[in-house]
Amino acid sequence: MALAVSVLPDEQLAPLQDSYRKAVARKRLRMTVAGAVFTAALIIAAIGAEVDIKTFIAKIGNFASYFDRIFTLDTSARVWTDFGEWFWGWRKWTALLAETLLISYVGTLAGAIVAFALNFLAAANTSPAPWLQFTVKRGLEFCRTVPGIVFALIFVIAFGLGPMAGVFALAIHSAGALGKLFAEIVENIDMKPIEGIRASGGNWFETMRFAVLPQVTAGFASYSLLRFEINVREASVMGFVGAGGIGQELVVAIRKFYYSDVSAILILIIVTVFLIDIGTGWLRGRLFGAEARA
Amino acid sequence: MSLFPRQTRQDIATKYPELFAPSAASRYAVPAILGAAFVLFVFGLVYLDFSFQRVFAGLHQLGWILMLMIPPDPGSSLVTYLHALGETLSIALLGTTTAALLALPLSLLAARNIVPSWIFRFPVRRLFDTIRGVDTLIWALVWINVVGLGPFAGVLAIACSDFGAFGKLFSEAIEGADRKQVEGVRAAGGGPLQEIRFGLLPQVIPVIAGQVLYFIESNTRSATIIGIVGAGGIGLQLAEQIRVLEWQKVSFIIVMILIAVAVIDLISSKLRFAIIGRTAAPAY
Repeated sequence: MALAVSVLPDEQLAPLQDSYRKAVARKRLRMTVAGAVFTAALIIAAIGAEVDIKTFIAKIGNFASYFDRIFTLDTSARVWTDFGEWFWGWRKWTALLAETLLISYVGTLAGAIVAFALNFLAAANTSPAPWLQFTVKRGLEFCRTVPGIVFALIFVIAFGLGPMAGVFALAIHSAGALGKLFAEIVENIDMKPIEGIRASGGNWFETMRFAVLPQVTAGFASYSLLRFEINVREASVMGFVGAGGIGQELVVAIRKFYYSDVSAILILIIVTVFLIDIGTGWLRGRLFGAEARA
Repeated sequence: MSLFPRQTRQDIATKYPELFAPSAASRYAVPAILGAAFVLFVFGLVYLDFSFQRVFAGLHQLGWILMLMIPPDPGSSLVTYLHALGETLSIALLGTTTAALLALPLSLLAARNIVPSWIFRFPVRRLFDTIRGVDTLIWALVWINVVGLGPFAGVLAIACSDFGAFGKLFSEAIEGADRKQVEGVRAAGGGPLQEIRFGLLPQVIPVIAGQVLYFIESNTRSATIIGIVGAGGIGLQLAEQIRVLEWQKVSFIIVMILIAVAVIDLISSKLRFAIIGRTAAPAY
């Protein structure tokens, strides 16, 4: 079989190849410039962040030996040879873990309720007035841009040390994050039921209740569960600034070099986070599964 | 003839029995779940020592703090704060880049279409999961123990915790890549490394670049908080000013952070859309 690849005559081919080469050269030039700019930014950043490769190389051994130390008991035996000694404080720690979970639960739920109340005002298709939409949107944006732990620092001074500050900090941050996600769900709904309720004489509240809500509950629940997952992680470090939970115990252990405690608490936190991830993942799967079947 | 045959309520009820007489389980499930959630909520409030008195006292105090915050005023420390903010941005950029560079080769090992064998993939994935399970703040504390207080510890902390996240996201991006181009390279006689370089990377680099930019954006926020435990940047200043109750400076620093985050958001979303087009959204 003869191959039917037609090759253009040189006088036609030359300009085509020429423009191809130019296009490739242009792309290469752009990549080189972008690479150079990025490298320059990295070097400036390295100077700004006081990167010191020499200290790094000199101290990197500490990093490895740190993990060696946190898995060693005071008796210089490996931690797993004596579980009773390793997890000596398990009663206190599990109680604090339970407190952490409660902080994240209460914070998430309170945040979700606020987000639920506000999101219909922030969504473009359901908001009663543009100025209201703008205000609510900016407010939510503020809540989610300021990190939760910064709120916690301020609330610890206002409400005193303890889990209450942590709950409020998580609630505000969650309200900001969930409000945006909820509003996005509402913006994606089918508008026909809304017209239906309006046409039969429903007011704004009835429209939200009977036309919007049935379409969005599964999505709302799913995002709230996801937020709960994130908040468990957040709540585990809220104690660093005195806002309750296991973090307090962890930061004391790290700062005072109670090595085996560090590993024990870290393992408890990681396992808890892992279990919560799996649990909420399963629940979300069931929620969305139920939605798909309906 | 009418398009819809006349139906009495009875006809409809016999046609859709589950709508007219729902079973008890489906009827009470939602109120039961809501009730349980509410009970747990109240229990949480009690367990965590909430009382009206404390809440009102706190809100009163908070109102005072807010009044004292206005107007934001840096005092005489504007230069210090700008320097600290620069440090924060440096930490975010450097930490994210380091994490991405380290995660890319390892994420190849965690991708199903590169390493079909379960034996290599499983430990690499668990490694990523474990690293991700530890919060950035904890990593910061660990690295402070290793390299001392200062922004360098912050860079390493961000690099560590993002390494876990990137490993997962990158390996998912690689698994989502189209098989055909790799097969094309193989058919033209390319070796395994050439398959990755010419078949796979051109597909995943734009996705990965988008994710890295998104993380630089979100790490500007993380980098502000790791200063609170002593890992450099604006967070250190913020925590200090909160401790000494200089509320005008606190609000000034918060406004600075908000502006910086907004600017970085703007730049990186422009760049992201330039690289991957409007449709692709990051998975996080």
